[in-house]
Amino acid sequence: MLLGLVKPSSGHAKILDQPFSSVAVRRKIGFLPEDFRFYDWLTASELLTLHGRLSGLTPAQLRDRVPAFLDLVGLMAHRERRLRGFSKGMMQRIGLAQALIHEPELVFLDEPTSGLDPMGRRLVRDIIRDQRKRGATVFLNSHLLSEVEITCDSVVFIKQGEVIGSRDLHGAPDGEIHVHIRAQNLRQEILSGLAQWTTSAQLTGEILILSTSSMDTLPEILRFLVSSGADVFEFTPRRLSLEESFLKIMGEDQGL
Amino acid sequence: MTLWIIARVTFLEAARRKILWTALLAAAAFLALFATGMHYQVRDAHFTRVPQVLRYQILSSILQIGFYAIDLLAVLMTVLTSVDTISGEIASSTIHAIATKPIRRSHLLLGKWLGFAAMIAVYVALVFSGVFSVGYFIAGVRSHGALEGASLIYLECLVVLTATFLFGTLFSTLTNGVVVLGMHGLAFIGGWLEQIGTVTQSDRLITLGILSSIIMPSESLWRRASYVMQSTTARSLDLSPFATRSAPSGIMIFYAAVYLLVALCAALHHFRNRDL
Repeated sequence: MLLGLVKPSSGHAKILDQPFSSVAVRRKIGFLPEDFRFYDWLTASELLTLHGRLSGLTPAQLRDRVPAFLDLVGLMAHRERRLRGFSKGMMQRIGLAQALIHEPELVFLDEPTSGLDPMGRRLVRDIIRDQRKRGATVFLNSHLLSEVEITCDSVVFIKQGEVIGSRDLHGAPDGEIHVHIRAQNLRQEILSGLAQWTTSAQLTGEILILSTSSMDTLPEILRFLVSSGADVFEFTPRRLSLEESFLKIMGEDQGL
Repeated sequence: MTLWIIARVTFLEAARRKILWTALLAAAAFLALFATGMHYQVRDAHFTRVPQVLRYQILSSILQIGFYAIDLLAVLMTVLTSVDTISGEIASSTIHAIATKPIRRSHLLLGKWLGFAAMIAVYVALVFSGVFSVGYFIAGVRSHGALEGASLIYLECLVVLTATFLFGTLFSTLTNGVVVLGMHGLAFIGGWLEQIGTVTQSDRLITLGILSSIIMPSESLWRRASYVMQSTTARSLDLSPFATRSAPSGIMIFYAAVYLLVALCAALHHFRNRDL
């Protein structure tokens, strides 16, 4: 909808301080669709030239940028080859190049690493980092949470069109923390006393797993355990992985 | 600017994907057959007892059949090459990468329309010249009003092209093809009914023919083209089943032009407002 492909039934939105329906604002936006198809009768070089021209690049800019971006995505050797003969991974690479050739301020990448081998995924990660260094904002839409965790600064979870959670991946630690504790003499009154700092506590033998909302509470929890007479052998705080956060926020798989 | 980029790439697509060349090859095969037929007609027919004027009119009527065939080929080529361009690119999501560029949707559609219009102009010019040349160089027959006839055939193709674009913004590729060819078929039958009605003096048949031309004016443009390319003598002799006995008036040409513009505006409106 922000890119003008789908018409809103109501409401309005702005993108880069301009109405999202503005054609001019799209000069500043790059987009790699998920279900990615191009005119397969074009060569890689012709495709970048076409998309560069549509994005408003001058012939002089195209002369520099077409080879530069082909080189960036590792397709220089295939520049005169028609897309019809390209593999899925090569299509992803040329798609990424067309999304970036006009050096947009804002880039939407929809599943950019699907179909790529590990080398290709690393290349995409490096390119996204370069875009960030250049000052561009990259929206990465992906179900490959490990990729998101490595690449992104912040993440937003969307379910049925609504934002239902977010997480800062590289800023100050926040969100739920799990603490893995191995201890003896964990009496019931100790477990009850922990409730003031924790959101959940599960004891299995000598292993107690606590959930707490802040790193600040950890010294107090440890002091409380020791002062209450528990023998603590191990105390390991661990933040939720993105996948765990995802499962926790999204809830049960409803087949969607 | 973006409009011309799309027009150019659409024309290039036709050339690169061999659509234009395949269509021209089919037309060349037809022209070869037509030229051979015309050659033997001139050489072998026992014209010695046929007056010169009648002989000329017979060959002129055969030439008319040639024009009829290329008219049909041009209409089919128009539909078959353009039927997939809007609905197909939407269905395959190919349009996503283009429509998200800084280009107005109206420019995207008009650019494609212009690209196809240019390709069809090349096609009609080549195949029409081919038939004209066969008539002129092999049979010694020069078609009257050839330029006007060719222009009307081209306008007919543009009407069909625009209808294909309009329905391409509304329906899937298959449905679009069925609807447009069905409408042209309706116009074709309506045209024959009108001609038969003229011969049998049946007002009802003539009315049916006019109604079909209002729904789809493509065939009436061919009948006008056929009419202007025939000599007065050939018209009165009725030597060919393709001779036009009832020619649509200038108003019908004007109506076809208005029809084209309205269909193009409707296509732009639907394309601008639909989800891609």
